[in-house]
Amino acid sequence: MTLESVIFSVLAASAVGSALLVVTRRNPVMSALYLIVNFFCLAGLYLTLHAQFIAIIQILVYAGAIMVLFVFVIMLLNLGDERKLSDGVSWKKIVAAGFCAALLMEFVYILIYSEPSPAVMSASMATEIGTVEYIGSQLFTKFLFPFEITSLILTAAIVGAIVLAKRKLD
Amino acid sequence: MPDIQPYLILSATLFVIGAAGVVARRNAIIVFMSIELMLNSVNLSLVAFSAQLGDVTGQILVFFVMTVAAAEAAIGLAIVIALFRRKQTLNLDEINILKW
Amino acid sequence: MIPFWIILLKIVVVLGVLMTAAALVTFLERRISAFIQNRIGPNRVGPQGLFQIMADLVKLVMKEDIVPTAANKTVHDIAPMISISIALCTFAVIPFGNTIELFGYQVKLIIADVNIGILFILAMTSMGVYGVSLAGWSSNNKYSLLGGLRSSAQLISYELAMGLSIIGVLMVAESLRLDQIVMHQTRYLVGWLPAWNLFVQPLGFVIFFVAAFAETNRLPFDLPEAEPELVGGYHTEYSGMKFGLFMFAEYANMITSSALITTLFLGGWHIPFSENWGVSPLVMSLLQVLAFCVKVSIVVFFFIMVRWTIPRFRYDQLMNLGWKVLLPLSIANVLGTGLAILLISS
Repeated sequence: MTLESVIFSVLAASAVGSALLVVTRRNPVMSALYLIVNFFCLAGLYLTLHAQFIAIIQILVYAGAIMVLFVFVIMLLNLGDERKLSDGVSWKKIVAAGFCAALLMEFVYILIYSEPSPAVMSASMATEIGTVEYIGSQLFTKFLFPFEITSLILTAAIVGAIVLAKRKLD
Repeated sequence: MPDIQPYLILSATLFVIGAAGVVARRNAIIVFMSIELMLNSVNLSLVAFSAQLGDVTGQILVFFVMTVAAAEAAIGLAIVIALFRRKQTLNLDEINILKW
Repeated sequence: MIPFWIILLKIVVVLGVLMTAAALVTFLERRISAFIQNRIGPNRVGPQGLFQIMADLVKLVMKEDIVPTAANKTVHDIAPMISISIALCTFAVIPFGNTIELFGYQVKLIIADVNIGILFILAMTSMGVYGVSLAGWSSNNKYSLLGGLRSSAQLISYELAMGLSIIGVLMVAESLRLDQIVMHQTRYLVGWLPAWNLFVQPLGFVIFFVAAFAETNRLPFDLPEAEPELVGGYHTEYSGMKFGLFMFAEYANMITSSALITTLFLGGWHIPFSENWGVSPLVMSLLQVLAFCVKVSIVVFFFIMVRWTIPRFRYDQLMNLGWKVLLPLSIANVLGTGLAILLISS
């Protein structure tokens, strides 16, 4: 085994493990913590694909901003008594798990038996593509319009969040 | 350049785990986190495709997905807070009417 | 290619110096606060009370580790570890000197010279909030919880202004590499004024400085641990070495912030007008490391002075300052810098 495949295996295993823990934990804070672990594993996987900008943004935006918001809200609502929410194992859950397993089988079957297209770029090109400079130059020329649209989305989200979460005075 | 097939299978696995969380859990916040998990799995396959095709578009799409996820988290959590104020619960089965 | 053991040596030296300095600053803070309040302060143990650090350390290690019954034990244990590891990690990308000739190798005096240095630092500071907020949540105590909530709200708010104030520096230096940013500051503006970002980006400097106080939870922004309101804030339920780690992380954070301010705005390791001194390269490198340490110490001293002179903000004042003053100012700074660069280059 090469070093790359060892790194991939470790990161992939911890990503899957933490993802399973996210959906099975009873306590939302523990779920959020495992989701952060999962995001870190994904950031490592992006690094193995030479996408360094995406990797650091993954930590900065997902782990550092979005998940802080989640933890903040969970703490604010103080969801202490979790017994009432968890509904044990029911037939609905078993059926859901069965469907999900079938979906996974389908995905894996398609991915394994489809003809992979050949890689078209060299390793030096790959490192160049993931840099901040290259992504920035593309973002502000070729993708300028969608970039401006995202700023509109974010503004709308800020206004929406404030309107929704504001306590009514009535 | 590593072969991207393992990345795609990993991405599919994470997606399915997230989907299972969405359908099986009843806590609104955990359902929400499962959705984030699904978004992230898609990001992983986008980056993998970008690496294989030598095209930066995949990574730029990930960037946009992240901004949309941030907006979605802000709005979604605001809805969660508003709901919790009204109903004192986050159980999705109990949040079942459209209007007060 | 620099061998692996030199990198390891750099890590060990930097960690050792950082941890010793953090311990030293706790002592300095007590002496300076005593001086400001016209007291004597700890002066019994060792020369000038310097061994007080040892005594404190022994006390913290020997103390019983108390975990509240209703606490979430795992998270309660993990929280201080997160705080301390993030406080120490951030220093990895800060250049504390130029290159030095060591055992026949040209060694760069920076642990990890990555080309996304600034983004790494921003990512690390945004992770820092977990230590505090998880400590507050896991203690299962209302004062701790309030401290944790306050700190996450405060850190999110001031991160924005902090990140935006750095953008001006990045626009001037045209790089995300911290050693590149320092290199850019080694020029001269009008012949006698070094091109430190303090003079190029005065507004950015002020915003960054204020935000750094908020990010390190220091007075006048130490609401997460405000004693009169919250007993001890997020670390109310901590004792022994776990409390010590939080304490230690606070001071390590303070030193890292000072190092960052030095690197971004005060010219890093650069000594003005040292180019024509004609000393040997080795002496020059050592002098530059010394200059870096002196600059960082001055900023740390300023941190301590501010803590003991300015009263604490009220919470709404804190939020007003962050969102309604610092954020618009930092956006104006980015706009102004862009305009200035456009005018100069055209």
